[in-house]
Amino acid sequence: MVTTGIGAGLEYESREGGVLRLIIRGTLDAERVGSLWTQIVDKVVRSRPPRVEVDACHMDGCDGVGIALLQELKARQEDARHEFRIDGLRSELAELIALFEIGPAARTERRSPAAVRFFETVGGSGIGFLRDLRAQISFAGETAAKLSSVLIHPGQVRWGDTVLIAEKAGADGVGITALLGFLIGLILAFQSAIAMAMFSAQIYTADLVVIATVRELGPLITCFVLASRSGSAFAAELGTMKVNEEIDALKTMGIDPVRFLVLPRMIAAVFVVPLLTMFNNLLALVGCFVVMLTIGFSPVIVIDRLYQAADLVDLFGGLAKTLVFGGLIAGIGCLRGLQAGTGASAVGDAATKAVVSGIVAIVVVDGVFAVVYYFLGI
Amino acid sequence: MTETQGKSIIRVEDVTVAYGDFVVMRDINFEVEVGEIFVILGGSGCGKSTLLKSMIGLNAPTKGRVLIDGKDIVTAEGKDELAILRKIGVMYQQGALFGSMNLLENICLPLEEFTDLPRSARETIARTKLKVVNLDGAEYKMPSELSGGMRKRAAIARAMALDPKILFLDEPSAGLDPITSSQLDELILKLSRTLRMTFVVVTHELPSIFKIADRVIMLDKRVKTIVATGRPSDLRDRSDNPWVRQFFNREAEAVAESRQT
Repeated sequence: MVTTGIGAGLEYESREGGVLRLIIRGTLDAERVGSLWTQIVDKVVRSRPPRVEVDACHMDGCDGVGIALLQELKARQEDARHEFRIDGLRSELAELIALFEIGPAARTERRSPAAVRFFETVGGSGIGFLRDLRAQISFAGETAAKLSSVLIHPGQVRWGDTVLIAEKAGADGVGITALLGFLIGLILAFQSAIAMAMFSAQIYTADLVVIATVRELGPLITCFVLASRSGSAFAAELGTMKVNEEIDALKTMGIDPVRFLVLPRMIAAVFVVPLLTMFNNLLALVGCFVVMLTIGFSPVIVIDRLYQAADLVDLFGGLAKTLVFGGLIAGIGCLRGLQAGTGASAVGDAATKAVVSGIVAIVVVDGVFAVVYYFLGI
Repeated sequence: MTETQGKSIIRVEDVTVAYGDFVVMRDINFEVEVGEIFVILGGSGCGKSTLLKSMIGLNAPTKGRVLIDGKDIVTAEGKDELAILRKIGVMYQQGALFGSMNLLENICLPLEEFTDLPRSARETIARTKLKVVNLDGAEYKMPSELSGGMRKRAAIARAMALDPKILFLDEPSAGLDPITSSQLDELILKLSRTLRMTFVVVTHELPSIFKIADRVIMLDKRVKTIVATGRPSDLRDRSDNPWVRQFFNREAEAVAESRQT
């Protein structure tokens, strides 16, 4: 029989028949056990003793870590269908240890094999996507039906709220939209002018910027800004209301959340996006104008080119798209908010999904518009 | 009743809490002894939770000090503050479990931050804590999947992760059915008896108070201070303050006029 010291007053003996006896003196606490945990558990796992005996005759007390160590050893032995015994334990310590006893079934997470989990994840994602698509279609249908009902009964909409939301989404966003428009116009003109110079066609930089801005970039950039500012705000606002059960309260009061919360936001967004886009377009032209002046064109010539480059069809073609984009951004933002789960992260998730889905939807619908406009000759 | 050793572990001295000119409570003085189940009691809005927040260092009192094991929790900084915080565990009214983590991860978090224990040790410790609160088998559940009572028990398990000497419980019975509430009381008694832990419980649930409390202090929002201290049954039967007797006997208006006597 050999007694080996582990450290910190802990010893073990290897006895006849493969019995491992762990001798504990003093207090079995975090300070003593912490650094020895791995060593003790490894010893039991590696030597696979048919019986582990803990000599607790000289054990004065233990804390949560000490109890956990004894429970770990016991569970390991039980898993291996081997014996575990504690000798000489004082009654109050025995009561304490029994209180924290963990069963072997609870110790390990019952997980499926990796291959099964892979298919479960893929299948789950696929089903989740289809469910989300169904929810979006159903929500679009519900919103469209209620919007058409509003055309017949305009009093159903809370116009006061609508104006306030329009102010937040529109008027408060003029500065950032205009700044972005100016900078995009400036950069686009500057980059194009360099390329155009190779063909001695710098004067047509104005045409390029006007067409690109009025037909595509103006509506897209404005709607990206709206999705980031207002789409996320709508999702966070409605998501918080969902978490606080305010949506449930509306339902139980017989107030339709779509009519009460979604329609004002959609109407406000549809109303303000074309106006914001016009600000964006105007400032982009100013950016282009500044670049053209700096590369040596006279103001009269630049204004003439800017004026002739596009017609009203281009302008309204671009603005018409924004009406659809505005509805999409507000609708998706509200839907994500209404779909929010519970807990602190739910609102953040809803806002993130609103921005991502909103931007993807804008780009996809913009592609559809491009094809339709092509066939219509616009 | 819990065995007390007569040694105070918490001392609240002349604590006054005010927000600007609005005084929530003034001149609060009391001591909590080792192993005691101490209840802070009072009507709605009397400042029970505010006092609890001052005791755990979340809300610095305008005047006075709170000593935990002889150290002032309000002025302590850095390592001293951490040493005091290691001695206490708190269960918040709604549980305050981290929604993005399962129960095992919730309990392992303080162990991961404050100990060098290997992962398997942390997980075993977390499981033993869940066992104590009868949540064994729910290790991988998310907080959102739990009922109110389970969430509170899980919060107690997390508060116990680092073997604190003192557990502060904010309204443990609020929103629970009588059976779940009673189970929670049993759990507090069991932990107090076996672990010799000190409990500071904020509540106004009378059945719970009579079952678990060794001693109570009672706050009154009109006088903004402690109006009674003692064993709950003594206060109910023998208090010379009519409002205190009214409170313990759940009478509506009988002695409301003379409550400050």
